[in-house]
Amino acid sequence: MASELDVAYVAQLARLHLTAEETKLFQKQLGDVLKYAEKLKEVNVEGVEAAAHAVPIFNVFREDTARDWFTAAEALSNAPRQTNNLFIVTKVVE
Amino acid sequence: MTKRDLPALSIVELRDLLRRGEISPAETLQALEERINAVDDKIGAYLEHDLAAATAEAEKVDMTLPLGGIPIAIKDLINVQGQQCTCGSKILHGYRAPYSATVIEKLRAQGAIPFGRMNMDEFAMGSSTENSSAQVTRNPWDLSRVPGGSSGGSAAAVAADIAFGALGSDTGGSIRQPAALSGIVGFKPSYGRVSRFGLVAFASSLDQIGPLTKTVHDSALLMNAIAGHDSRDSTSLNAPVPDYTKNLGRDLKGIRIGMPEEYMIEGVDPVVKNAVVAAVKQLGSLGAEVVEISLPHTDYAISVYYILATAEASANLARFDGVRYGHRAEKVSNLFDHYARTRAEGFGAEVKRRIILGTYVLSSGYYDAYYLRAQKVRELIRQDFAEAFEKVEALVSPTSPSPAFKLGEKTSDPLQMYLADIFTNAANLAGICGISVPCGFAEPESGKKLPIGLQLLGKALDEARIFQIAHAYEQSTDWHKTRPKI
Repeated sequence: MASELDVAYVAQLARLHLTAEETKLFQKQLGDVLKYAEKLKEVNVEGVEAAAHAVPIFNVFREDTARDWFTAAEALSNAPRQTNNLFIVTKVVE
Repeated sequence: MTKRDLPALSIVELRDLLRRGEISPAETLQALEERINAVDDKIGAYLEHDLAAATAEAEKVDMTLPLGGIPIAIKDLINVQGQQCTCGSKILHGYRAPYSATVIEKLRAQGAIPFGRMNMDEFAMGSSTENSSAQVTRNPWDLSRVPGGSSGGSAAAVAADIAFGALGSDTGGSIRQPAALSGIVGFKPSYGRVSRFGLVAFASSLDQIGPLTKTVHDSALLMNAIAGHDSRDSTSLNAPVPDYTKNLGRDLKGIRIGMPEEYMIEGVDPVVKNAVVAAVKQLGSLGAEVVEISLPHTDYAISVYYILATAEASANLARFDGVRYGHRAEKVSNLFDHYARTRAEGFGAEVKRRIILGTYVLSSGYYDAYYLRAQKVRELIRQDFAEAFEKVEALVSPTSPSPAFKLGEKTSDPLQMYLADIFTNAANLAGICGISVPCGFAEPESGKKLPIGLQLLGKALDEARIFQIAHAYEQSTDWHKTRPKI
């Protein structure tokens, strides 16, 4: 399994630009980590339920009531670019 | 006792002085500030602290509250309104929290004063605090060594007497391991016991906030303040919160403690092993019954942890897109370029590595082989603990396989760094609670002592019992009274 990792491809999926050196280094380092993780193949997991959480709690609801939250100014207080009470995004549709 | 000696006090001792009116909260902060100015150049624990703001808060504090006037240092990934919250990352450089985490509101409701932003591994990913983009934090016992991580700033500050107590977060050992390496007490609550609202998420099925303190009693006091249900965190447990100090001082008669045979593996430093064996004997002499126990899936915990934690991190860190907050790349050619360069410029190497690994194990074609399989093995690990806790009240092990390692020793080999968490990961996977308490010293070089930590694990929501055992052990030893010379 380990050898199938293609760091350059996965970096595209993750929206992460990597330099050629980073790609090469991560390929080696993560290859080692995945090789170590291969021991999971030894475990018999037939019929075992996947644990998404350690404490199974489901369907947590709360009253649908309004509460004080950010004003627009507060929500925008850390925005790298903004105008007229709006976030400026990079052009999405050409 | 002079004001200069104040920062060496425990929270319990400081609280007594404050209550008797022998010192004011503002004077406490002033004494702490002077100590920080004198010592933190060498340690590098604080990223930021605002004496004026804290003093203004101190002047209004209700001294009848349980933690009235006590300053608490905060790991730099827990939001405190108006203060920085960078998570040790360049991508959040300059970020100011627009709101406060639930734990901060709870601390303040008990009279405590959040004071100082503590260094950490970027987004809590690391075991040495060397992944911080901001600065190096050094171990107060030996400045050439790491304080552990990821809550290394919190741990080093408490150890160096430049914080009375601190909050950290523990996803795979990030409170307990730095506590062990820095010679203090670190507590990881059960999953769901403490609200994570306002904690910047790393791996949501594993993260918990907890205290780092000089003593077990202090740890229990901070847990009394921060534990409890919160409707703003859907994973928060709606269970009553006992008084965590109620069992302190009780003996250990009738308590069974298990030593997992799988935890005394090769690769554990003999000095650590000897210290833990001696500590177990000590627990026995205090009345506990020590029994051998087996956790058969122990050997898989690190693999499961690094698959699940990175998968969750890759999703959680998708929010850093350069739009709503944080760093944003300039002069981008299109949207893809905007994301890819913003994140490349903002994240450090370890965070990038984990995003790649996490994205890979979730990607089409590999999801079943890695992510789903890891979740199933996680269930087996959880069952191991459930079975063990039918036979014993607590499990005992080393917190870390070795004392503090040298700065730079493991930075080039991520796998070696990951193995530093070998005894702590499983507790997060199983959602149980755990503590690290000082249990001895290694002396690899003349004149330098390196602390060793003893880990005690308890079943979910059995925090009070773990505090009882840890306190009984601590009070029967002098380890916690030895302080580093800086």
